[in-house]
This record gives sequence, structure tokens and C-alpha cells, in this order.
Amino acid sequence: MENRPLEYDYTVAKMFMLTTIILGIVGMLIGVILAFQLAFPGVNTILGEGLAEYTNFSRLRPLHTDAVIFGFTLSGIFSTWYYVGQRVLKVSMAESKLLMGLGKVHFWLYLVVVAAVVVSLFAGVTTSKEYAEFEWPIDIAVVVVWVIFGMSIFGLIGIRREKSLYISIWYYIATFLGIAMLYLFNNMEIPTILGQSAAGESGIGAWYHSVSMYAGTNDALVEWWYGHNAVAFGFTVPIVAMIYYFLPKESGQAIYSYKLSLLSFWGLMFVYLWAGGHHLLYSTVPDWMQTMGSIFSVILILPSWGSAINMLLTMKGEWQQVAASPLIKFMILGSTFYMFSTLEGPIQAIKSVNAIAHFTDWIVGHVHDGVLGWVGFMIMAALFHMAPRVFKREIYSKSLMAAQFWIQTLGVVLYFTSMWIAGITQGMMWRAHDEFGNLAYSFIDTVTVLHPYYTIRGVGGLLYLVGFLMFAYNIYKTMSARPVEEHELQNASPMGA
Amino acid sequence: MFHWLEKHPFFFAVGVFLAISFAGLVEILPNFAQAARPVIGTAPYSTLELAGRHVYIKNSCNACHSQLVRPFKSETDRYGHYSLSGEYAYDRPFLWGSKRTGPDLMRVGNYRTTDWHENHMKNPASVVPGSIMPAYRWMFTNSADIDTAYAEQLTVAQFFSVPYNEPVPMKDGSSKVVKMGKSIADAKAIALEEAKVIAEDMKDQDVKDAVARGEIPEIVAIIAYLNSLK
Repeated sequence: MENRPLEYDYTVAKMFMLTTIILGIVGMLIGVILAFQLAFPGVNTILGEGLAEYTNFSRLRPLHTDAVIFGFTLSGIFSTWYYVGQRVLKVSMAESKLLMGLGKVHFWLYLVVVAAVVVSLFAGVTTSKEYAEFEWPIDIAVVVVWVIFGMSIFGLIGIRREKSLYISIWYYIATFLGIAMLYLFNNMEIPTILGQSAAGESGIGAWYHSVSMYAGTNDALVEWWYGHNAVAFGFTVPIVAMIYYFLPKESGQAIYSYKLSLLSFWGLMFVYLWAGGHHLLYSTVPDWMQTMGSIFSVILILPSWGSAINMLLTMKGEWQQVAASPLIKFMILGSTFYMFSTLEGPIQAIKSVNAIAHFTDWIVGHVHDGVLGWVGFMIMAALFHMAPRVFKREIYSKSLMAAQFWIQTLGVVLYFTSMWIAGITQGMMWRAHDEFGNLAYSFIDTVTVLHPYYTIRGVGGLLYLVGFLMFAYNIYKTMSARPVEEHELQNASPMGA
Repeated sequence: MFHWLEKHPFFFAVGVFLAISFAGLVEILPNFAQAARPVIGTAPYSTLELAGRHVYIKNSCNACHSQLVRPFKSETDRYGHYSLSGEYAYDRPFLWGSKRTGPDLMRVGNYRTTDWHENHMKNPASVVPGSIMPAYRWMFTNSADIDTAYAEQLTVAQFFSVPYNEPVPMKDGSSKVVKMGKSIADAKAIALEEAKVIAEDMKDQDVKDAVARGEIPEIVAIIAYLNSLK
């Protein structure tokens, strides 16, 4: 074979880049609408009374979470997989017609599922379980998409040239296995068409309706084992996969410590799953499970900080790059938010803290400093790194990128600070008693007091959305306005100079 | 060992799978049967209540309202007795929620009335000044899906032995039989009887007329469900 660098085929990566951006805009826009609905309830009927059923808070809320989790984040994961996978395994998608075909089927089937989800959630067809709202027909389609994703991962691994799996691949494998296991067990349900035929009836009621296999406390336990770990294998594991690839590539620095990455990978795998119980503190779940959830949440700081510190130390001696490159800024602030969020989570999982924090906006704030600051920043950074290479064009505007960074950072800070104050204020007011031992506040007092914080949160979210639109515009202009380079841009980043 | 694993993807994947499945086995399985038993006083949902529960789910009421009273004085003062595991034995899915933008509804049937719910759903701020809850006016015109509720009853009776048409022990020593129709027509007739009781306490003339015609608007079903939460 000639001594020339491999050429990679980014067709599928590009397709998923597109959905990352579009579904990101949709999900974040709905989020901003929801935020303003809480501050100004009139926004619930923004399209008039006639459409209020479809624009009110409760109908839109699952659309927001699912669009951001399964739309934006998952597309980002797929897109980076179809980019990173080839490069670290040293094999091109073009070498296998089967894998290329699978990749395309993966994308189109994913789009079909997205369309089905949008229709069903607007119609109010939902199982009510958070991040698992889909009824059984969609669940089956999701499983098919996921199996194709798995075939793509293991297929590419099967024909690899580089025998040793790079750290990012470990995390992609874990993402595939983790979500597969969690999704299957949490969505165990019996379609009512089966139930009625067992009773000798047929054709009664909605064909897509189903009943959960688990009831009450068990259902809650399985759901939060899923819910918590969907965060693990959707918002942590694959995002760590990205940063292990993109930060060294972009900065030209080698990973600081292999041993630290080993410790944090296997530590994360073992510990994360135990921590789901912290969603159920003071519930009817047995006490020992709650305590396990608390303890393991605190232990979880170790592997989480292990990865984050490994990333920060990778920049050792090269900190001037953080000042010079907005792309490095995104990744370094992303790691920092990851550390921050994985410290905040365990604090909230301590029982006495959770007694105040649970059911309040502090939890919402925690989710968003992780998702906006860590997941969002890292996915955008990954796409910014990929764009010049997959389109063979330099990034359209570095100054737009820098402006976006600061606008979004301000947005995230406004978001989580306002939610902290809102959450703790409300948590304290709920439990306040007067001198005679009566409740000091009626529930509505604890709602109206939040108005200023809800408004600030809305502004924070809006800033983040504006930044995301700048990102979309920047990528769009990169695709269309810049001249095509003759060769794929090699190791040194076009931003680095 | 790790270097070897990193060159052998299959064994690597097996290793990851073992590491992640451990916690679920230890934490979830041991208590499974125990947690599924109902406490005395907990009865299955009637057809109309179940249809109302579907309306509750359809509109994601659980996005803003919890159904879980924690064992703190401030919560038992506000909402009533703290939740017991067995009270949820017939809840498929569970509806504990994760956020209280509005108050807990675990025992809302103890302190709110049909009349209150009717006004509240039409215009929340009219009964709770300052409320940020949106109005749910479409519930007054949409029809409740009794068919699906009945199909669900058949399913849970078949697969999970939910005791319909059987006496269920109540707290005062008596027993209660929750009826499930023998056919869909029978189930609808039973639901309509229940709906008439609710509609009697309501003021909306359109809803009253609809029930008199034999239709069941969503609002009637969801009020039946909310009243059953005790």
C-alpha cells in the first residue's frame, strides 16, 4: 500500500450534523417558550385559544426534553461516532458497502422515529415516564435504530486496522450497551391489544396503548434507574468519548494520563448505575436503597473528576491556547462545567440537602448547567472541529465563534444562578412553620415569589438559543461561503494558528 | 489485563456489560415482589377513573404535580399522610413526578371538590389568584376515551390479577367491589353512571347536556380520577 494518509468518508457524519443543528434549534426554542410560560402564563396561548391544547406547558414539556436528549444530543453522538470511529480505528466507511448502507439506513430510520415522536407527543400519546414517553410501536422502532447503531460500531471495529481501541471507542461501546440495557428494561410494557385478546376481546380502544409491566414503587425504581443512567449513558459517557478525541486533536497535546483514563472509565461504569436511588430519597422505596443511592452518588465524584482533571491537565503548559482559540475555550469550559455539575449532583443527593432540593427548580438548574455547559458546549465544539475537515473549508468566522462563546456562557450562568435561588427559596418556604407550628406559607405564595427568577432564567435560556443560532449560521456559512481546500485539513487545527 | 481487553472488543464489551448490570441486579430485584403488594384501603381504578388517569397522563399533569408525600411535618401538614408503598400497587405507570411547579396531588380528593376542579380547569387564577397554571378548556369539549380505559382494565386483570369484580378490604373493615364491565357496552354504561354523579355537581351546561346524551367529556373523567386520590 502506498504511504499516504487514509481518506475517510463523512457522508453519514454530515447527515447527522444537520439533525444535530436542526433538532438543537427546535429543542432549545421550545425550552425558551416553556421558560417564559412559567414567568408569563399568557404565553401558554401564544397561538390562540384554539391551539392552546398544543402550545401549553404540559404538552410541550416532554417535547423539549426529548428533542434535546434524543434529537440534539443523540444526533451529536451519532455524528461524532461516524467521524471519530473511522479515524481512530483507521478504516474508512467507504471500504464497506454494508457499513455505508447501514449508516444511511440508521439516519433515515432515525428521522422517521423523530417524526413519529413529534406527532405522538403533540397528540398527547405518552406513557408519562420521563425520557421514556414513547408508546410501544415507537419503542420497537427505537430498538431497531439502536441495533443498527450497534452494528455500525462493532462492524467498523471488526474491519479496523488499528488493533488497540482508543479511549473514545471504549466510551462509545459503553454508550451502546448502557442505553440498550436501560431502554429495554424500562420500557417493558404490555400492549392492550394483547391484554384484551387474552380476555377474548378485540378492537377495543387505541391500538398503540400499553400498560407498564411494573406498578407503583417498582415502576418508580426502574424508571429512575433508567432516568438517572440515561443521563449517564447519554449526557456523560458519549460526551467524554468526544472530549477524549477532540481536545487532544484540537490542541495537539497528548492525553495527560492513560492510567487516570482507565480508572475513570471503569470507575464510571461500575459506580454510575448505583446512584439512581438518589431520585427517590424519602419516597416509598426501601431505605437501604435510598442510602446506597446517596453514598454512590458521592463516590461518583471520583471517576467524574478523574476524566475532567485528565482533560484539564492535558492542557498543561499550553494554556495560552485557551486564550487564543474559542474552540478550546468551549471544551475547557465544558470540562469545568462537567466538574461543577458532578459536584453539585452529589451534594443534592445527600439526604438532608435533597429534602430541600427535591421537587424544586434547583434540580432543573442542575440539569441545565450540565446540559448547556457541558453537553451543549462539547457537541458544538466537536462540530466546529469537524466542519473544516468534513467540508474541506475553513471555519467561516472565528470572531462570531468567540462572541457566541461569551453570550452562551452568560446565558448558562444566568440560568443556573436564578434556578439555585428559586429552588432553595421555594424549598425553604415549603417547610417554614410559624411560631404556632402552622405552615407559614400557602403553596401559591411559594410560586408567585419565583416570578423574577423565572424571568431571569428565560433570558438566560434565550441567550443560549441566540448563541446556538450563531453557531448554526457559522456552520452554514462554512459549508457554503468558504472556498474548498484542495486537501483535507490535517492535524494542526485551522483555528490553532 | 486492560491492554489485552483493549485489543479484544468482544471481551471488552462483556466486561463493560458486567460492570453496568451489577447495580441493577443488587438494587432492584430483591424487593420486587414485596413492593408490589397493595395496602388495605387501596382499590383498583374504576373505568371512568382510569379514563381520567389517561387524561392526566395525556396532558402531562405529572410534569408539574407530584403524587408523593414525603415523611416530613411540613408535607403531612400540607398534603396529609405520607405515602405508603402499597398505595401505589395499581399505578401503572407510577405518577410520582419529579417537580412541584404546582402542589402535590397524592390526596387531593380529600380537600378539593368537583366544583373546585371545574372552575380551576376553566380558569386557574379564578380560584387560585396568582396561579401560573394554564387553563385546560379543551377538556370540556374533548371526549374521554372509555374504550382504551376498558382495554387497560382487561389487560391488568388478565396479566397482573388486578382484583376487579372482587371484594377488596377497606380500612373500616368493610369491603368494596370495583366493577369492570363484561363487555365494552357494559363498561360504558357503568362509566356513564359514574359520570352522571360527577356532572350533577358541575355547573357547565354543555357538559351536563353531553352527559345527559350519554357522552363523557374529558373533564368529567379527570375529576373522577382526582376525586379518587385520597
